[in-house]
Amino acid sequence: MKRGRKRREAMLAYALLLPSFGVFGVFVFYPFVKNIEIPFYRRSSCTGLGVRRRCDRTWAGFDQWRDILGGDDFRHSLWVTLKFTLMTVPAGIALGLLLAVVAHQRLRGVTIFRTIFSSTVATSAAVASVIFVSLFGPQTGVWKWTIEGTPILQHPTWALPAVAAVATWQSIGLAFIVMSAGLQAIPDDLLEAASVDGAGSGRRLLRITLPLMTPTLFFAFVVGSIGAFKTFAEIDILTPGGGTRDSTNVLAYAVFQEGFVSQDQVRAAVFAVGLFVCVLLLTLAQLRLERRVKYVG
Amino acid sequence: MSAESSNAPTRPARAAIRYVALVALAVTILFPVYATLVNSVSTPVDVSRGFRLWPRSFEWDNYSRAWNDGRFSDYIVNTIIVTVAITAGQVVTAIAAAYAFAFLQFPLKRTLFVLFLVTLMIPGEVTILYNVATITDWGGKNQYWALVVPFLASGFGAFLLRQSFLQVPSELREAAFLDGYGHLRFLTRIVVPLTRPAIAAMGLFAFLGAWNQYLWPLLVTTNDSHRTVQVGLKQLAAGSVDQITVTFAGTVLAFMPIALLLVVFSKQLVRGLAAGAVKG
Repeated sequence: MKRGRKRREAMLAYALLLPSFGVFGVFVFYPFVKNIEIPFYRRSSCTGLGVRRRCDRTWAGFDQWRDILGGDDFRHSLWVTLKFTLMTVPAGIALGLLLAVVAHQRLRGVTIFRTIFSSTVATSAAVASVIFVSLFGPQTGVWKWTIEGTPILQHPTWALPAVAAVATWQSIGLAFIVMSAGLQAIPDDLLEAASVDGAGSGRRLLRITLPLMTPTLFFAFVVGSIGAFKTFAEIDILTPGGGTRDSTNVLAYAVFQEGFVSQDQVRAAVFAVGLFVCVLLLTLAQLRLERRVKYVG
Repeated sequence: MSAESSNAPTRPARAAIRYVALVALAVTILFPVYATLVNSVSTPVDVSRGFRLWPRSFEWDNYSRAWNDGRFSDYIVNTIIVTVAITAGQVVTAIAAAYAFAFLQFPLKRTLFVLFLVTLMIPGEVTILYNVATITDWGGKNQYWALVVPFLASGFGAFLLRQSFLQVPSELREAAFLDGYGHLRFLTRIVVPLTRPAIAAMGLFAFLGAWNQYLWPLLVTTNDSHRTVQVGLKQLAAGSVDQITVTFAGTVLAFMPIALLLVVFSKQLVRGLAAGAVKG
């Protein structure tokens, strides 16, 4: 009797999980494993893709991995991705924190400002990029923004900061919401007690607010970095092709370029795995440091 | 509070400074959107003459041109179909999975839960090579189902709902089963009504993500009849200079539905977006 009920419960659980695992199996796990398999076989020996993919199975071992990961293009894309992350994430967090601190007071009409500050969540990466192109772009721009005679988005040095600025603007809304939530979790009486003790607003921010917000800041940093590593739409719309001299060709965009423009599956697959490892390292760093941060805080 | 009142004389001045800061920040953030709104009702000649805070004329025709000639009528309808299907699907599959993980005991529970979390660590870019091939093999290019099916499950959504399902008091569960409730009745009559805010937040999150999708629709649609609004917008922006005002109008059409939705559901949104952050 009891065993029968246990079995029925397990059956129900599997039935409830089946739809999710069906989707994950076909569209996450299967393509992920297959993607790792691609670079182990010689480029010339495969034709077609998916079900129609036929390989004469010339095992290449790690040769292609080594060539591509050690090559200039991969290192360049990784470097561009890191620069882009460092341009967007700290700036986004700082702006979100600034807005959250300014809006975190009992002032009349502050709700309106909170709505405005969180408003950029309504804009997608594509919307933000098209707005920027339409306002500052080289062909159709209202104010054609040029640096040293070159349109900013075609400039080998300034295109990446421009893309980063658009991405940061678009992320302000989310950063504000996350920082506000972190700020609201700090007990008010703690700040009031400090202010009774004569701590000015700057000191309160540095000595109480920021240390107590460490978990939130850290969370925002990791989630923001993962987002930055996956940036695609901004690059595709603002600097189609990955910019002059590949100056904005971040990893996620390089996967697309190699796989669907140059049609080089092997290179695309290796770049994709490189991207996955970066995201994995960030996630593991979060899991590890989360524990330590909690002890400190 | 006592410290605040001790420097009472400076209080109005400080409030004024705060308002100035708030207004300055708000203007900076809103300016790109405001310029887009103004330009969306201007003529190309007006736009080329430089930016004015108030439009010189109101060319509502830009919107009908974006809607008809720019094919936004198709894009918006396609996006609504795809987004609603993805949202509904994700809510259903996430509730089902969350119920299993929160209330049921079964072999391999931990392993399966870890696999759920693993999906969060695999970026879509890593799986597109084979996913495009799979969809092409199944004849899914330019089909609605191809835009929907890969996103019918959400590891994040299931995780979020499991967290709130676990908050349902176990006494309620025992009482429900003593009353002869089955799992289905317990889920629909007790769990779902009690956790409605979390489900709404998760649904809104799914809706936003689906509406704003870019890479996948770019890869599996090649014609206007099934293209979604984000990709269509890029298409429109690549147009000629005399179309610039139509592009601005199209941009407004692409974000207005979401902006209105967010005004209506701002509480759920903040809840959903901040859910991980505070606990983090």
